[in-house]
Amino acid sequence: MTSKAVKALVIAGNGTNCEREVAHACKLAGAEATIAHISELIAGRVKLADYHFLNLAGGFLDGDDLGSAKAGANRLLYARVAAGGASLADQLKAFVAEGKLVMGVCNGFQLMVKMGLLPDLDGDGRQSCTLTFNDGGRFEDRWCLLKADPQSPCIYTRGLDGLYLPVRHGEGKFVAESVATLDQLESAHLTVLKYADSELQPTMVYPANPNGSQNCIAGICDASGRLFGLMPHPEAFVHRTQHPRWTREELPEEGAGLALYRNAVDFIRTDLL
Amino acid sequence: MAWRIVVGLKDGVKDARGERVQRELRENLGIELESVRTLDVYTVDANLSDSEIEMAAAGPFSDPVIQNYAINRALASNFDMLIEIGFRPGVTDNPGRTAKEAIQYQTGRPFAAGEGVYTSTQYLFNGLQDKPLAEKIARDFLANGLIQRWDILSADELDPTVGVPVTVPKVSGDVAREASVRTISMEISDADLLQISRDGMLALNLEEMKRIQEHMRDPQVLEQRRALGLDAAPTDVELEALAQTWSEHCKHKIFSARIEYEDEQGNTQSIDSLFKTYIVGATDKVRENLGANDFCLSVFKDNAGVITFTDDWSVVFKVETHNSPSALDPYGGALTGIVGVNRDGMGTGMGARLIFNTDVFCFASPFMTDELPPRLLHPRRIFEGVVEGVEHGGNKSGIPTVNGSLVFDERFAGKPLVYCGTASLMPRELHGKPGHEKKVQVGDHIVMTGGRIGKDGIHGATFSSEELHEGSPVTAVQIGDPITQKKMFDFLLIARDRGLYNSITDNGAGGLSSSVGEMAEDTGGFEMHLDRAPLKYPGLSPWEILISEAQERMTLAVPPEKLSEFIELAAEMDVEASDLGTFTDSGYFHCFYQGKTVSCLSMEFLHKGVPQLVIPAKWDKPAVSEPEFPMPEDLGSELKSLLGRLNICSKESVVRRYDHEVQAGTIIKPLVGVVNDGPSDAAVYRPLFDSWAGVVVAHGICPAYSDIDTYHMMACAIDEGLRNYVAVGGDITHVAGLDNFCWCDPVESEKTPDGRYKAAQLVRANQALYDYCVAFGVPLISGKDSMKNDYQIGDRKISIPPTVLFSVIGRMDDIRKAVSMDVKRPGDLVYLLGETRDELGGSEYYAQHSALGASVPQVDAESALKRYRTVNDAQQEGLIASCHDLSDGGLGVALAESAFAGGYGMDIDLAAVATATTLRDDKLLFSESQSRLLVTVKPLHREAFEQLFAGQFCSLIGAVTETPELVVKGSAGAPIVQLGNADLKEAWQATLREM
Repeated sequence: MTSKAVKALVIAGNGTNCEREVAHACKLAGAEATIAHISELIAGRVKLADYHFLNLAGGFLDGDDLGSAKAGANRLLYARVAAGGASLADQLKAFVAEGKLVMGVCNGFQLMVKMGLLPDLDGDGRQSCTLTFNDGGRFEDRWCLLKADPQSPCIYTRGLDGLYLPVRHGEGKFVAESVATLDQLESAHLTVLKYADSELQPTMVYPANPNGSQNCIAGICDASGRLFGLMPHPEAFVHRTQHPRWTREELPEEGAGLALYRNAVDFIRTDLL
Repeated sequence: MAWRIVVGLKDGVKDARGERVQRELRENLGIELESVRTLDVYTVDANLSDSEIEMAAAGPFSDPVIQNYAINRALASNFDMLIEIGFRPGVTDNPGRTAKEAIQYQTGRPFAAGEGVYTSTQYLFNGLQDKPLAEKIARDFLANGLIQRWDILSADELDPTVGVPVTVPKVSGDVAREASVRTISMEISDADLLQISRDGMLALNLEEMKRIQEHMRDPQVLEQRRALGLDAAPTDVELEALAQTWSEHCKHKIFSARIEYEDEQGNTQSIDSLFKTYIVGATDKVRENLGANDFCLSVFKDNAGVITFTDDWSVVFKVETHNSPSALDPYGGALTGIVGVNRDGMGTGMGARLIFNTDVFCFASPFMTDELPPRLLHPRRIFEGVVEGVEHGGNKSGIPTVNGSLVFDERFAGKPLVYCGTASLMPRELHGKPGHEKKVQVGDHIVMTGGRIGKDGIHGATFSSEELHEGSPVTAVQIGDPITQKKMFDFLLIARDRGLYNSITDNGAGGLSSSVGEMAEDTGGFEMHLDRAPLKYPGLSPWEILISEAQERMTLAVPPEKLSEFIELAAEMDVEASDLGTFTDSGYFHCFYQGKTVSCLSMEFLHKGVPQLVIPAKWDKPAVSEPEFPMPEDLGSELKSLLGRLNICSKESVVRRYDHEVQAGTIIKPLVGVVNDGPSDAAVYRPLFDSWAGVVVAHGICPAYSDIDTYHMMACAIDEGLRNYVAVGGDITHVAGLDNFCWCDPVESEKTPDGRYKAAQLVRANQALYDYCVAFGVPLISGKDSMKNDYQIGDRKISIPPTVLFSVIGRMDDIRKAVSMDVKRPGDLVYLLGETRDELGGSEYYAQHSALGASVPQVDAESALKRYRTVNDAQQEGLIASCHDLSDGGLGVALAESAFAGGYGMDIDLAAVATATTLRDDKLLFSESQSRLLVTVKPLHREAFEQLFAGQFCSLIGAVTETPELVVKGSAGAPIVQLGNADLKEAWQATLREM
């Protein structure tokens, strides 16, 4: 036991929807979790520097009106903080530079990609990938099998082989700007999670691959493995009764999604405290 | 100046939106095209520099990985025809608002008044040369002329260096003229009084107009008016306030009417208010019977009903309809329906956190091929639009849609029914007071928060109090904005927990007139300054500000000492809040505009002055009879056809478009079974991470029975709701009901010659509501009626079948005991609970044979209640592996669904089914007798299970088998159905798969 607490922050507001269950998952994993409204960051009362683990939760930032998370990314890049505090963009840069953790789920993943936080192959914060409309052209809620890359630097998926989680999105199709970018992602093992068939093999076949993502990509990390985003919702499966077939299958009490949060908290305990 | 920024996909990027349009044009209009591509257009009307526009285009407006953009020139090329669709002036443009905010963040400068961003969509067609056809595509498919405008250009008409000419859809109006207040003399003939009502969309009848005339003649009233600078002629503000307050929509005049009812034997009865007699009456009786176990906290008096849940929390539930707006603009109408009912939860007691939505839609067949009468949209467009509206409303608000239905009948072409429900969670106690109570204090400020006021939704309340007719107004349509509302709710929950207000209610029908008028009943008056309300654009007259139904607004009573803290918190959270005046005890509905009195109506007259309607009702049993047809040779093919019928088939394509799991509490999901595609009976929802208690929600709806007898329709809807609820594990001793009546006009008139019969149908449904709620011990906690669901243009009249949605909400102590409908393992025993009778009147099976029949199902509440309690006992002991309700299509459909959902077969013997009389095999299979459940049980639990049900109808009819095949032996002992699961499931899934 360490005496120092792992502090997780979940940013809410402007259309986030999943902040409560993300905070709950952080708590179950052993962190102290705070939900802060974006206005509290803009007012300068809440500072990223006071936390170890930043969670960007799912939702519809600004209604995804300009494309998923586009307006939200624009806000984080440009919003001014009251009373001359460091801008959110600068706070975030410093947070990442200190080796702290950021996980974005669904709309949070879209936000990270469109702000250039992920995959940030050249370290210049330029957007090189995107998440766009599902091939089916529609929002869908369905559970998907995911294959984890055991060689990935991702600290969240350590020790994981496969996962079963729900996707709930209309714009989850992963697209890289070029084949070269895609190859770079693959060779560095940054394509952490892939939609998979019942044999746990990556698949392009609908509905196992619900959106037509290039190379079946469901989640990616940066080279450090500390910045991670994924379309499926790990916070939606922390107890067996959240599984769609819990009334007919023998399942462990704890849901598989919790492992991602446990790995994050363990990493912070070992490396950051 | 105005810029046009056009954003399009780079070459090689899939245009899913364009492909969908191409597909739907083929399916809906039979138009084959080579390709359809789409572009997004932002028209920016603001004082910005070229580089700022460039930055906006390259930044928030486009995605560098997949999109490119053009500024003030065409991006479109290599097309035959271009259609650009944008909003008409004043229509809510959510992306436009977000785009404006994005530019403000970038530049750090707010837009000046009147500046804005407007969005539109360009469709590029290849293989379309014909302009009239393009016009048809725009008018009948891509756009809704009520709210949208379009430009059509062929390739040679587009100058690539200029692009589509700029149109700025800004609201223009003569501000000085609009802001004036008119007075309307009431000293005119009766015919002229009625003309005023008609011309002004007031929907007041002659008696009501004369009541106003009489009031204005009262010398005391006149003296008081003169003192304030008014005279005997009411102002337009006053007349509009009266029309709104007295509208059928707000006052429920039909449910409050005196009904002179005559039954089939000629017995007469005078009923003083159906609402008081049967609805409030039932709840009073049930609560009295419950005694110390009464779980109701707030019934009928607030925006939603409230019942207890845990020691610390209560549950709030409300279901609304939004039929008339959805008929005109399916997307906007339905979206507004869902975000509107969300406000009911937030506006109940001191406010509550929303936990889930429910939705039930009644449509005509989307595959209808009949010619449609004028002004009606094709049922397929209504289906598409409504589903998408609720999808956006629910998903973007972050509220899971956990339960719902689609019901089909050709008469819903005249008016679709769109029911939207919302449950929320409320603290039992807040600042030392019950959370479900609120009271405005004299001196509290009237604060409006959320969105701004525009011309949208003016006369929504009076419009929905009429049938759909030629002059139905375009302004009655509103488009909701889930994000503005969500930001407001985030703010209000914090304000609530800090104790910053005394009361809260929503602005729905009737706008400020209704919200402030009703809140002021606590104190007995108010003074409100209409010119202090924030407007979307100038040019609204005072009466429009008062009754506008612009969305996303709540009204609060804020004590003076909390006002600045309230306003500051709102500003910090980027939510608008405006102080409009104060609540008083003056006795008057007192409005000002620029310091001058524009209304001063007695609160007493406004709220109690409306005369009671008297409605004649006479019940004559309809002449119906049982059909006679020989038993079909192949009952397997009968079953497959039934499974594919619209009222029975899989609704998965719709369910998946709704986020049913956000907030992580959906424990029994809408889709269950071995591959997550079986149809759940009800939803179980766990709202608290630190408690195993669950909210259980279900519903019943069976309009098909109304054509025989609405009494039994109502009884069956109640029973269906309860048996769905019990099937998943809902506690039958802790469940409340909500009734949503949707009727056709039941008031006899020239337009409605059969009014007496329709009114009698209404009486009978209410009688059943009372009888069965009392018998089942289910209190009604809230509800709504929508009484003018007719279409009348020319001599064409379409009246919907009388329809009641009966929603139920309750609890279960431990969600880990919940049960799903899919069979679990081979070897389990299959039981049928309940008795099967010759009850196929109004059934899907008879409908399949083009017959209505006469033997409508009847509910035996006493035996049903005993059965439901015993099912609860068996669930508590863990004896039940699966449980599925029998409804449309009876036993045959329930067997097939449970089998293919579970992925195993069943071996069933109809000879073992408990019946009252000997029944033909097809009737055994497809009877819709109520209160029946199909249950599977592990052989290990056989004895315990049978013991619990000793003395009840509990037939062991077969077993679950390894082979995925449904085998049903008929009464003669030979198999009458033998079909593989895959075959059955395909029949069930095919019908709406592509919707």
